[in-house]
Amino acid sequence: MVVGRIYRISGPLVIAEGMRGVQVYEVVEVGEDRLIGEVIGLDGDRAIIQVYEDTSGLSVGDKVVGTGRPLCAELGPGIIGTVYDGLQRPLSVLTEKVGPFVRRGVKEYSLPRDKKWHFKPLVKVGDKVGEGDIIGIVQETPLVEHKIMVPPGIYGVVKEVVPEGDYTIEEPVAIVERGSEKYEVKMYQLWPIRKPRPYVQRLDPDEPLITGVRVIDMLFPLAKGGTAAVPGGFGTGKTVLLQTFAKWADAQIHIYVGCGERGNEMADALHSFLRLRDPRSGRPLREKAIFIANTSNMPVAARETSVFLGVTIAEYFRDMGYNVLLVADSTSRWAEAMREISGRLEEMPGEEGFPAYLGSRLASFYERAGKVVCLGNPRRIGSVTIAGAVSPPGADFSEPVTQNTLRIVRCLFALDVALANRRHFPAINWLISYSLYVDTVERWWGERVGKDWRYLRDKAMELLQREAELQEIVRLVGPEVLPERDKLVLEVARMIREDFLMQDAFDPVDCYSAPEKTYSMLRIIIKFYEHGVKAVDSGIPVAEIRKLPIRTTIARLKFMRNEEVVEKVKEYEKELEREFMELGSKFGAGGVG
Amino acid sequence: MSTMEVPKVPLCYRETSSLRATKGSLLLVETVPGVKYGEIVEVELGSGEVRYGQVIDVSKDVTVIQVFGGVSEVDMVKCRVRFRGETLKLPVSLDMLGRIFDGLGRPIDGGPPIVPEEYLDINGAPINPAARMPPSEFIETGISAIDGLNSLVRGQKLPIFSGSGLPHNRIAAQIVRQATVRGKEEKFAVVFAAIGVTYDDAAFFIRNFKEAGILDRTIVFINTAADPVIQRIATPRAALTAAEYLAWYHDMHVLVILTDMTNYCEALREISAAREEVPGRRGYPGYMYTDLATIYERAGRIWGKKGSITIMPILTMPDDDITHPIPDLTGYITEGQIVLSRDLQRKGIYPPVDVFLSLSRLMKEGIGEGKTREDHPYVFRQLYAAYAEGCHLREIASIVGMEALSPRDKKYLEFADVFERKFINQGEYERRSIEDTLDLAWDLLAMLPEEELKLIRPELIERYHPKYRRGREAGSHTSSTQG
Ligand SMILES: Nc1ncnc2c1ncn2[C@@H]1O[C@H](COP(=O)(O)OP(=O)(O)OP(=O)(O)O)[C@@H](O)[C@H]1O
Ligand SMILES: [Mg+2]
Repeated sequence: MVVGRIYRISGPLVIAEGMRGVQVYEVVEVGEDRLIGEVIGLDGDRAIIQVYEDTSGLSVGDKVVGTGRPLCAELGPGIIGTVYDGLQRPLSVLTEKVGPFVRRGVKEYSLPRDKKWHFKPLVKVGDKVGEGDIIGIVQETPLVEHKIMVPPGIYGVVKEVVPEGDYTIEEPVAIVERGSEKYEVKMYQLWPIRKPRPYVQRLDPDEPLITGVRVIDMLFPLAKGGTAAVPGGFGTGKTVLLQTFAKWADAQIHIYVGCGERGNEMADALHSFLRLRDPRSGRPLREKAIFIANTSNMPVAARETSVFLGVTIAEYFRDMGYNVLLVADSTSRWAEAMREISGRLEEMPGEEGFPAYLGSRLASFYERAGKVVCLGNPRRIGSVTIAGAVSPPGADFSEPVTQNTLRIVRCLFALDVALANRRHFPAINWLISYSLYVDTVERWWGERVGKDWRYLRDKAMELLQREAELQEIVRLVGPEVLPERDKLVLEVARMIREDFLMQDAFDPVDCYSAPEKTYSMLRIIIKFYEHGVKAVDSGIPVAEIRKLPIRTTIARLKFMRNEEVVEKVKEYEKELEREFMELGSKFGAGGVG
Repeated sequence: MSTMEVPKVPLCYRETSSLRATKGSLLLVETVPGVKYGEIVEVELGSGEVRYGQVIDVSKDVTVIQVFGGVSEVDMVKCRVRFRGETLKLPVSLDMLGRIFDGLGRPIDGGPPIVPEEYLDINGAPINPAARMPPSEFIETGISAIDGLNSLVRGQKLPIFSGSGLPHNRIAAQIVRQATVRGKEEKFAVVFAAIGVTYDDAAFFIRNFKEAGILDRTIVFINTAADPVIQRIATPRAALTAAEYLAWYHDMHVLVILTDMTNYCEALREISAAREEVPGRRGYPGYMYTDLATIYERAGRIWGKKGSITIMPILTMPDDDITHPIPDLTGYITEGQIVLSRDLQRKGIYPPVDVFLSLSRLMKEGIGEGKTREDHPYVFRQLYAAYAEGCHLREIASIVGMEALSPRDKKYLEFADVFERKFINQGEYERRSIEDTLDLAWDLLAMLPEEELKLIRPELIERYHPKYRRGREAGSHTSSTQG
């Protein structure tokens, strides 16, 4: 064990001497209070340490002790529903222990040691097991069956296994023997947060992650195992959008990383996850969620550990064969922490003072998303989907964090200040956002929901695009001079915007739009357009089409419950045809009224 | 003379006179063993004057001290530096209510020193997110543009983004005079910090507190434009420390007004430049977001504690530019913003609140049935949509002329005007209850055809729309005369 002494303290950065023998990324304990730090560089016998707690009160000469291991996550039963800080300390436990304020140097296990879990073994003595094999299960919450896996790197023959029963995580549940070596398998394992967990093979993300947000599911689909960036100025709806994902997306495990953001927001998330129910099972959302909270006023260095801790937990559940969703709000705050540390190290600053390794560090986070064949038996497929908020200064997307993120992620949900000011929510700008998964998820939608999903999507995009062009003209000369066909485009584009894209995240019904509902809503709007074109071509003015009662009916669809919409839309489509027919006869077939 | 210097227990000072150099407001001295990072030092000048400073970097050889008050008149021979062994603490007590302090918490009103009940670190400690209670109690400010459209709740941090010459001070003073939480008699207090403002501005507030009869429930901290820049960094922290003492130790609901945070940010920039740090956007330090967050995040509510801290910072946007780093970073931290508009000001509207740029993110938790009134969330959205439509048509009309507008469009245009003149506009001493505000909103909405009120549930229209309300009132009137 290496014991050195502090040589210099500068904010979260401590330099210690006499540290020969420690490794980069080794965890060290700093000072009397044993503050947690991580070695981020070595210089002769000096170690450069990033300290994850407030360094006030440290003195030159204070002890620094190496622990011989990197920063690890504790992974096992007890993790679901918990709120952790960036060092995986359970924040609720800390409140009980030291009161409502964050104190430094407090040590607490991430997983409860005294709680007993009901373990069901799935292997027997004599079975051959290897890394990733599931040897038993624990029903951790009604929503999550926690699979107990042989940790990576371990294989052999099961020498002992406990009978079904209640055990704490410290009690070995199996003993695996290889030659003369014995390994005790416990219900939990440790894993270094900066190291991606192994898997067998990466697969193409070809199944959509249904978010329940219409503009995303229909226009810019996210895929299970995919990545997305949500940049936007303040108040444009990043947090609301990410929380919407975390609440309603069809993943089995939801991880919410609040990194350098507001405390009240975190409190609100914790609160609403207790109250809100999973749309598929009816259970409280908290039963499948994990929270990591390192708010803006908590130590900056721990912003980095928050995101890596989050993704490590995500991979762990992926390895069980689950689809995991991780949202990180906001990656910019983490990047700023990197900048601050880098500045103190007097490294060569890159763009806007960010370190040159900004891009690679961001990549090392997003690259851990993916759909994979998991290690071990039985064969299973799991995924980690990552959506990260980016907070560009002045809402200017040309800044380094946004640009570096866009180089890595496959979806851009660009939030727009102008839309947000108009209270068009979600304020996703449809002209600059994109998804590279449109082609890969097309099959899923075509087979499961509606054959013409792709057609509808492209049609909607085309109308929106056309609207933008027409609006330029309107701005110069007013709307009246436009040909009727273009007026119809404006009318229908407006329907798409207001009746389809706009979605109230806080309305009990509108907050989650099931795929069938989303699809049906757009289908009837496009149908309206197609009938409209025919009507216009036969000489009916758009002003008359605008008055059709079906328009109001369509506008109300978003407040109709998911289960009802599909049948209703079929009815309404007939009504739509009838109304257009009547309109046609009123104007005389083909004639002008 | 000041209370700040009296430590609770006699501290063993470390002392040195081995000064090495000065650099901006920094003083470099040879490191004495045992110096702590972040601790407070006393710098005694040859003249006997004592200044405070803080250790901001320490290595085996050199200790870097940020001197509050600057390094003018520091010399390398007679000057001594004493290390106090602790971080900057504010002595606090309930006797602070009704008193006026400087930016470091020393009384400047000629009154007696404070006999401290506690010494609290002015940096506070972050509230554990798991201990936070989501804010949801509606604060009635009596101002329609705020209560109706951007409601404030206890524990929120909601800034006013203003511009030079706009009436932000008057609005803040009106809020302080009028703000209440209804149905409750609870202990409340105001903590007011003037940061780098003119003495007149500070005096304006103090006069207001006096007139409103709440001076004895107010603690005032004043750092004027003439005070050392570096003290500006401590001022909001001292104020929040006092607020925390009142809220968390004495169950009070505290409203903290910080003005002008732009001066604070300028001070931060100046100091950063003096430290020769790599500047971030437009010369402001890269850590400005985190620094401001450590101030604003001290607002909130805590499970199991009765008190609360609500923060209303005021800042002036340089060049009225909302993308300037100061408003920008603030907006990224606070829970919304009240933005003032020069256009409305020119039209003679007070308070000139820009409805589109303003936002209260915690509003939805604080309004509606059982909190304000059941129709509030719907009325709010309808007002907003109608005003947006009106403003949009105003633009169109300016291109294509009024003639091109339909009768419906003209109604909206008229609505937008009346909305500005009657709803947003109100007297500086006019206090509208939330019912008054909502009823007024209905009177305006009644200008529009009823079928345009798509965002309001039909049963609410029947209950609150003036047409039906009047009908009912008339009905009950007739029946009573008949009876
Ligand atoms: N889908 C939505 N439905 C209804 N309201 C929304 C929606 N999205 C955003 N809003 C409104 O916008 C406000 C701001 O959204 P949010 O807090 O998500 O912004 P943000 O982009 O995270 O800002 P910051 O960067 O400052 O954290 C919300 O409080 C809410 O009032
Ligand atoms: Mg946010």
